[in-house]
Amino acid sequence: MRSIPLLPAIVLLVIFLLGPVISSFYGSFTDASLTGASAQGSSFVGFQNYAELFADPDFPKSVMLTLVFLVASAIIGQNVIGLGLALLMRSSSGIARGLVGTFVVTAWVLPEIVASFAAYAFFNDTGTLNTMLAWAGLEGTNWLYATPMLAVILANIWRGTAFSMLVYSAALQDVPAEITESAEVDGARGWQRLAFITVPMIRRSITTNLMLTTLQTLSVFTLIFVMTGGGPGTDSSTLPVLAYQEAFQFGQLGFGTAIATILLLVGALFSIVYLRALKPEAD
Amino acid sequence: MKRTITAAAFAAAGLLALSGCSADDGGSSDTIKVAYQKFGTFTQLDDHMKQVKADFEAENEGMTVELVPIEAQQNDYFTKLALMNKSASTAPDVMYEDTFMVESDADAGYLAPLDEYTAEWEDWDQFYDNAKSAGLGGDGKTYGIPMGTDTRALWYNTEVFERAGLPVPWEPKTWDEVLDAAASVKAELPDVVPLNVYSGKAQGEAAAMQGFEMLLYGTGDTLYEADSKKWVTGSQGFVDSLAFIEDLYQGGLGPTPEQALDKNVGNLVSAEWFPQGELAIGLDGSWLSGTWLETGTAPWPEWSEVMAQAPMPTQEGQEPGATSMSGGWTLAMGSKSANKDAAWDFIALALDKDNSQSYDIAASQIAVRGDVSEDPDYQAANPTFGFFSEIVEVTNFRPATSDYGQISSEITIAMEAVMTGQQSPEEAAAAYDDAVAGIVGEENTTSAK
Repeated sequence: MRSIPLLPAIVLLVIFLLGPVISSFYGSFTDASLTGASAQGSSFVGFQNYAELFADPDFPKSVMLTLVFLVASAIIGQNVIGLGLALLMRSSSGIARGLVGTFVVTAWVLPEIVASFAAYAFFNDTGTLNTMLAWAGLEGTNWLYATPMLAVILANIWRGTAFSMLVYSAALQDVPAEITESAEVDGARGWQRLAFITVPMIRRSITTNLMLTTLQTLSVFTLIFVMTGGGPGTDSSTLPVLAYQEAFQFGQLGFGTAIATILLLVGALFSIVYLRALKPEAD
Repeated sequence: MKRTITAAAFAAAGLLALSGCSADDGGSSDTIKVAYQKFGTFTQLDDHMKQVKADFEAENEGMTVELVPIEAQQNDYFTKLALMNKSASTAPDVMYEDTFMVESDADAGYLAPLDEYTAEWEDWDQFYDNAKSAGLGGDGKTYGIPMGTDTRALWYNTEVFERAGLPVPWEPKTWDEVLDAAASVKAELPDVVPLNVYSGKAQGEAAAMQGFEMLLYGTGDTLYEADSKKWVTGSQGFVDSLAFIEDLYQGGLGPTPEQALDKNVGNLVSAEWFPQGELAIGLDGSWLSGTWLETGTAPWPEWSEVMAQAPMPTQEGQEPGATSMSGGWTLAMGSKSANKDAAWDFIALALDKDNSQSYDIAASQIAVRGDVSEDPDYQAANPTFGFFSEIVEVTNFRPATSDYGQISSEITIAMEAVMTGQQSPEEAAAAYDDAVAGIVGEENTTSAK
């Protein structure tokens, strides 16, 4: 009885969340396309899309790029830098805290497309970065072309770190000062206090944050599409970009949804790993 | 807290229900929706449609024409149009349709056959037969009324040629002579882009047709054997054409690969590079000068003195000495149209003699109506019409099958892999062969030997 008020929310979730997931899952087993005879009525083709996908040399490359992007920009970049900033800000003066906080959060506040264009303007051949390098007498390369993955990873770190920083700042406030102090009295060094006191105590926040940033980063599309378009060639085609390209540029909707389904599985896999490895409930 | 969430959920449900009600319930029968492309320097069609809309609404009291200009680069335009066509509430009544998409979109059920209308249309006899056949679907019915056609050739800037010490007029006989001229430009004028050939996924069909097929059809090989209805794989011409792209981009004779992969490069070529003398040679379409006319987006009064054209030579100068590709666009009727008679009236008005002529002149199209191409005003309107009409003799058409669109995408993938140095021409050609077999089935391919 008490769950009746939740009913509308559940109905909405089923229609707008579960529905698309199921239809995407089903679509990946059909030859649906944007044009040609199969646009009129798609037919069930079993595992053909998946068989083609696994035989396609672009696919393993795209999975690797996605994992590199995920590990470098979310798990290492956003989380470690976010935690680092939160720790530094805790022990810094109010003005510094305000300034740094504003700068970092600005990137987070920008709409995704604006942030993407800003990053494009920064890394572009004649962009801000190369102009600044020229002042210093250095010659930059065309970052978006020569090192596309590095550029999109840095851009994603820039854009996403604020979120981790805010989560960790909040978590650190919950670490009781007396525990840290008594550890200090016992002679624990700074890194020991961090590793044995602070990190275990904010473990729950770490899990939540890792999961959120992972899922968010897995689905990053606009940033990469605007900055490099997945190129040059396929050198920055992560799974979302590849799925878009197959479904909407090449018109193969069924094949594109197969990639999207794989992406869904990768996300689910990471979530399970985090939940297991960091056991948030066992306090 | 819980109560707030529930209330929010209710509010959200209410909003969704409201927005659901206001959704468009499809074109009512006194409104016809016309979808077409408008992108960068290509605004002539937009002007044309605005004028036809005004005429049509004046002639047909109570009718409204809703123009839907789609601002997208060519392949994105196809995608957006296909998505519109998928649902009756968004499907256009009249659409601007590339000839190579006609068969595929007719198969998809997006287009309505027009035979019953053309049978009673006296203007139909004025259209050339080869142009009519470009609007046919796989079932032999007419799905598109041609607006104009085009050919492709080499455009070059005579001022840049003179500065580089190259002879004008320039008449290259082989691919090597084209590349040699580009190399001379590079040596003499390092700031000028020697030769532009569209390439890579971002250029879509422009890369496949203006770029790759202009090369391939000059090697003696082809993409598709029309007689046996089989796609050709493993041809030497395919590898050689990719090798040309590799020489051009990896050899520094073209734009930098990053410039070439910019979606805007087509606009840059016509609006900036050629007029400002930053590009020596471009493998481009007969419509290019449309941008430089008074009605274009980048008027350039001196263009006809500065710019010259040469036919694209075959690989070794083999017969017939030159090659070209032809395409063209049509107006087609949406199968989900609620008022097909009005949609037809709009098409017939947009493509009558006067309107065809004014559009063909403004957009630098080769006329497909006999009465237009013989009109002295048309012939005098653009000094290049003569040149581009002549190379119709050596022109080729793209394979008219519904698989072509997907296969054309595979060509651009092979080009991009080669121009960026990720694959050798042989590797990229082998990957293309596999992809084609995957699309049409092994049994529908034939090995060129």
